[in-house]
Amino acid sequence: MSVLGPGWTALFYLAAAVCFILALKGLSSPRTARRGNAIGATGALVAVLTVFLSAKLENIPLIIAAVAVGSAVAVPVARRVQMTQMPQLVALFNGVGGGAAALVAVLELGHSDDPWVRLAVAFTMLVGAVSFAGSAVTVGKLQELISTRPLLFPGMPVLMGAVVVGAVAAGGLVVATGSVGWALALLVLGLVAGLLLVLPVGGADVPIVISLLNAFTGLAVAASGIVLGNVLLLVAGTLVGASGTILTKVMAAAMGRGVTGIMFGAFRGGSTAGSTVQSDRPVRSSSPEDVAVQLGYAQRVVIVPGYGLAVAQGQHTIAELATALAARGVEVVFAIHPVAGRMPGHMNVLLAEANVPYEALKELEEANPEFPNTDVALIVGANDVVNPAAKSTPGAPIYGMPILEVAQAGQVVFLKRSMRPGFAGIENELLFDPKTTLLFGDAKDSLTRVLGAVKAL
Amino acid sequence: MMDPITLLTVVVLAVFVGFEVVSKVTSKLHTPLMSGANAIHGIILVGAIIVAGQASDPWLLTVALIAVVLATVNLVGGFVVTDRMLEMFGSRKTNRPRAGAGKDGT
Repeated sequence: MSVLGPGWTALFYLAAAVCFILALKGLSSPRTARRGNAIGATGALVAVLTVFLSAKLENIPLIIAAVAVGSAVAVPVARRVQMTQMPQLVALFNGVGGGAAALVAVLELGHSDDPWVRLAVAFTMLVGAVSFAGSAVTVGKLQELISTRPLLFPGMPVLMGAVVVGAVAAGGLVVATGSVGWALALLVLGLVAGLLLVLPVGGADVPIVISLLNAFTGLAVAASGIVLGNVLLLVAGTLVGASGTILTKVMAAAMGRGVTGIMFGAFRGGSTAGSTVQSDRPVRSSSPEDVAVQLGYAQRVVIVPGYGLAVAQGQHTIAELATALAARGVEVVFAIHPVAGRMPGHMNVLLAEANVPYEALKELEEANPEFPNTDVALIVGANDVVNPAAKSTPGAPIYGMPILEVAQAGQVVFLKRSMRPGFAGIENELLFDPKTTLLFGDAKDSLTRVLGAVKAL
Repeated sequence: MMDPITLLTVVVLAVFVGFEVVSKVTSKLHTPLMSGANAIHGIILVGAIIVAGQASDPWLLTVALIAVVLATVNLVGGFVVTDRMLEMFGSRKTNRPRAGAGKDGT
């Protein structure tokens, strides 16, 4: 249907682009975030209706059926996914978006002789394919289908170099000849590059990679806007590419890391690899009953939740423990490190889901001055974010990362699965401190037992 | 193809807007913001619809329809999942408007 003329089409696309800008702006502040997301969805709806009403389209019933299928798949998954699995789902959605962009570009290749358009086609295909394959690897790592440790094999940097050279050559041939065969070769090389790019990244750094791939998909969509001569795709893709790049840098900075260090650190045999060696130095291990006494008779307890809590899905149990302690007159707050959980801000989502009061969540700057007045710091499934090596050991992989200064609390209790070092792979001196006790086991099991013991006090 | 200078103008302005709108985001919103930006690039659906609407060969149409399905998953799923995350922040805010307002740091 061509109900809308080119002028109206452009105006509606402009309205959609403005919606996307307002959406990103709104998402940057807690008060307006939900409305921002709704504005973004409205913009997307306007854009989709506009394309149906303006472009000369065949196959409309089939297209509508495909949209229905996509929605029927996405909505139930998005509604039912466990909050702890949110990062995987975001990565998955990002990957399919990149895949869609790559397919759109390859289909448009036959429609233009302009070398600039072909260059945009090659770029979209390559970046979209990298994003698709890279996201698939991040999903595998987050689901622990593949190892969360950096995966490297001999000759990997050489293979990566060969793939990059091959991709540039195939891209050049696509621009020169417009051949679909070379385009498919480029697609395959892009997929391999995506795998090689993400396999060497350690589990704790995966969130940064998701954010980076998100920016990549944005760039692929922007380039597809050039391919199709569609300003909305160009603007929306560029917005996501730019904001995604900034967000990636901000997240990496919160972890005290550089983006290049995360992506290529393992290649240099450096920081992300870490060690899996367990220490045999003596520690003071504790029982759930002892921990319950420490907590139940304290005046002020600060809980530091981490990755291990998210993995064990212990957020509801820890919320119950906080409630039980509060009922005994203990002041309980949660100190949230910026990168606690599986994605920055993830822990806030998990604890919000478990109905922990908003005002009990303290950010790093708020929490640190209060540790000297704290009787017990309870660290659940976290390690690197409380490791004093970040302040005291130049050269440690996490050196320079802001940490929660739990060592200033009266007593320190770690709930840990084992003595294995954190993702950064360095030992935490705090574990051997005389005022530290450790309760080993799965975070959720340990919390359930401590909770039972607190109730029995 | 569009006029290259116009294209460049649009891209440069969009880059600055993209940098500007997210530069001061609090860390507790990083996850929803990433997810929201992720939903926005699902707008590739518009491109997929155009390509599917022009496909005449059955094979090309099949590939284009796959692209439509994938793009819809990205777009629709992205907005729904972002809303679910934010729902939990939002409900808290209406219950305790004053405590929330103090800590937003905006």
